[in-house]
Amino acid sequence: MAHDVHTPTRSHTEYEYLRRQRSKEMRSQLTSFAIMIFLTLIAFTTVSAGFSPYLIVPIILLLAAIQVVLQLYHFMHLSNKGHGTVAFFMFSGMFVAFITVLTFVTIVWW
Amino acid sequence: MSSIAQKKGFGATVWDYMTTVDHKKIAILYFISGGLFFVIGGIEAMMIRIQLMKAGNDFLSAGLYNEIITMHGTTMIFLASMPLLLAFMNAVMPLQIGARDVAFPFLNSLGFWLFFFGGIFLNLSWFLGGAPDAGWTNYASLAMASEGHGIDFYTLGLTISGFGTLIAGINFLVTIINMRAPGMTYMRMPLFTWTTFVASALILLAFPPLTIGLFFMVFDRLFGANFFDVAMGGNTIIWEHLFWIFGHPEVYILILPAFGIFSEIFAIFSRKRLFGYTALVFATILIGFYGFMVWAHHMFTVGLGPTANAVFALATMIIAVPTGVKIFNWLLTIWGGSISFTTPMLYAIAFIPSFVAGGVTGVMQAMAPLDYQLHDSYFIVAHFHYVIVGGVVLAILAGTHLYWPKMFGTMLNEKLGKVTFWFFLIGFHLTFFIQHFLGLMGMPRRVYTFGTDQGWDAYNLISSVGALFMAIGVIVLVINVILTTIKNERVGNDPWGDGRTLEWAIPSPPPFYNFAQTPLVRGLDSYWIEKMEGNKEGMVYAEPLGDIHMPNGSFIPVVISFGMFVASFGALYHMDGDKAWALPVLIIGLAITFGSMLVRSLKDDLGFHITKEELLRDAKGGNKDGSK
Ligand code: HEM
Ligand SMILES: [Cu+2]
Repeated sequence: MAHDVHTPTRSHTEYEYLRRQRSKEMRSQLTSFAIMIFLTLIAFTTVSAGFSPYLIVPIILLLAAIQVVLQLYHFMHLSNKGHGTVAFFMFSGMFVAFITVLTFVTIVWW
Repeated sequence: MSSIAQKKGFGATVWDYMTTVDHKKIAILYFISGGLFFVIGGIEAMMIRIQLMKAGNDFLSAGLYNEIITMHGTTMIFLASMPLLLAFMNAVMPLQIGARDVAFPFLNSLGFWLFFFGGIFLNLSWFLGGAPDAGWTNYASLAMASEGHGIDFYTLGLTISGFGTLIAGINFLVTIINMRAPGMTYMRMPLFTWTTFVASALILLAFPPLTIGLFFMVFDRLFGANFFDVAMGGNTIIWEHLFWIFGHPEVYILILPAFGIFSEIFAIFSRKRLFGYTALVFATILIGFYGFMVWAHHMFTVGLGPTANAVFALATMIIAVPTGVKIFNWLLTIWGGSISFTTPMLYAIAFIPSFVAGGVTGVMQAMAPLDYQLHDSYFIVAHFHYVIVGGVVLAILAGTHLYWPKMFGTMLNEKLGKVTFWFFLIGFHLTFFIQHFLGLMGMPRRVYTFGTDQGWDAYNLISSVGALFMAIGVIVLVINVILTTIKNERVGNDPWGDGRTLEWAIPSPPPFYNFAQTPLVRGLDSYWIEKMEGNKEGMVYAEPLGDIHMPNGSFIPVVISFGMFVASFGALYHMDGDKAWALPVLIIGLAITFGSMLVRSLKDDLGFHITKEELLRDAKGGNKDGSK
């Protein structure tokens, strides 16, 4: 590996391409931001409407999970190329943790 | 600077190793210290067997016996098997994927020194008021009641060395994901690299629960917390859960690299491509996942209830399936191969029946009702020694012979190697086979003696004689190592003649930059492919010869680890309340650690370049060994 670093120069088409990519990304970020605010509103509404806790808790947990996924994919760039391994490890870790906790709350402690 | 091979003095060599960030030298450090702890653990094992040689023996007192079995188990798992496997991973894995080093050479060295100081700390307990005595599993209900500082040496020592292992695991993961040579796709990686990969993922996911358990224990014992104190609303069973959520994956962390070493050996000495490579890879991954879903099979008798026991019993039995897949793949690799019975191959062949026996007793214990009978008896001792000695230790011995030339540039004597093999194998079966029956006859594990009227005398004596055989085997191995080192007959790239993977395409030991040019990988068993096509160089290159960027050595990892070591003494004696110096020692230790981390962060260390001319000179002058 030689250490002559070369500075990249972009052609016009490359530049245009990047611009389009970026504005697409921007749009997806704004959309998911809007969705997230909406989800948060739902969460608050269920609580203030005074539903039964057995309904509220699962709904809030579900909404939280959706928010995490949105966050990961649209803000933390998990959807970008080359993140497959990272995603695999994250989801394996979550899966293992989830199974473990599930085991405790279903068959070990109750 | 690099190509002048000069004879170095002893002090300079030691300094070189203390500051090295080269994965091959770190491998040697892991190998030597792992070997040392293996011998210490072995001496403890011999003392156990001497004590149990005859009924009513008084060679060891009851209390000392508890300390010795605890230290034997802890040493063998954490300080011998793990580092010896990490030694092979360090020595071989980067070469197998065509990399110049691991992803984070500095962290690699830090990982080693943390393990080393943790291990020393743990063993210093012998001289500072007594070793831990609650078993290697350190169940809270026992450990909290233990007097003296033994348990604290256990918790703090394992915390430090656990950090080291975690660092090593993360480092290997990043290395394998990012540093494979061009063409080395995941499905072309040698099986030892694959098992290193999955074992590292298990380290990443399994060590945190242990760390949490140890933290709870440290806080309970040293700083007055009540995590495990039932009277204060704590829960003593939670330790067992945390320990086994770590503990079961841990046994797979040990056995998977062993599987990897044997997979390499079967292919090399059968002169055949591995049968069912893809199945072997997926079985490895599957075992990794299942490993996390079975921990409660160690707790059938705790009283979790029939539902939990049934679920965990079934989950446990499922693991035997991918393991069986592997066994059949190895058998079919040997089938029809042109086999050469070298020492490593003998170990590999002996491994199959030995390990299968351990697997069968495992499935027996997985049946919860039967386990009520077997649990905490010598049957369990027989089971785990069959899988750990018959699997992991045989793999370590096999790997020592197989990779000795790649690590040290000389060949261990084959005759003596076979003597070791036969002594060890016969001794192993003699020691542990009979323990199944001792268990069925009712002998509980971890008892320090028994009576003449119990009818266990003869079997225990046989077991002790077997241990003597294993000890003789290990002594012959040590003699072999000494003779080989004195003779110092250097060997070439591929001393076994049938190497298949990249590490056999470069000199033994490799130059410190491994590959003058990064190789281009054209398929599974890439060196074999080049050999078959008559390529004399053993590889094709992915880049022209050019300057290579290398990291500088550093002494900082030793200092960081030493700070933790000092701080641990402070934390440990702080509990006594009457030692005013304890708190300052704790603070000074932490200051050393964080100060040296700060220095590392603030000081730029850009490494150095090996120029093309130096590389050419190396190639011409045949600077074949790893010294700078
Ligand atoms: C076919 C696969 C296996 C099965 C079904 C299995 C099952 C079991 C079960 C049920 C126990 C608990 C017995 C008791 O305490 O009552 C046990 C203990 C143990 N197993 Fe296995 N096992 C398997 C493979 C392995 C492997 C590959 C290793 C290590 C390399 C291993 C190491 C151990 C150890 C160290 C213990 C004892 C822990 C202790 O209590 O100190 N096992 N096994
Ligand atoms: Cu287990």
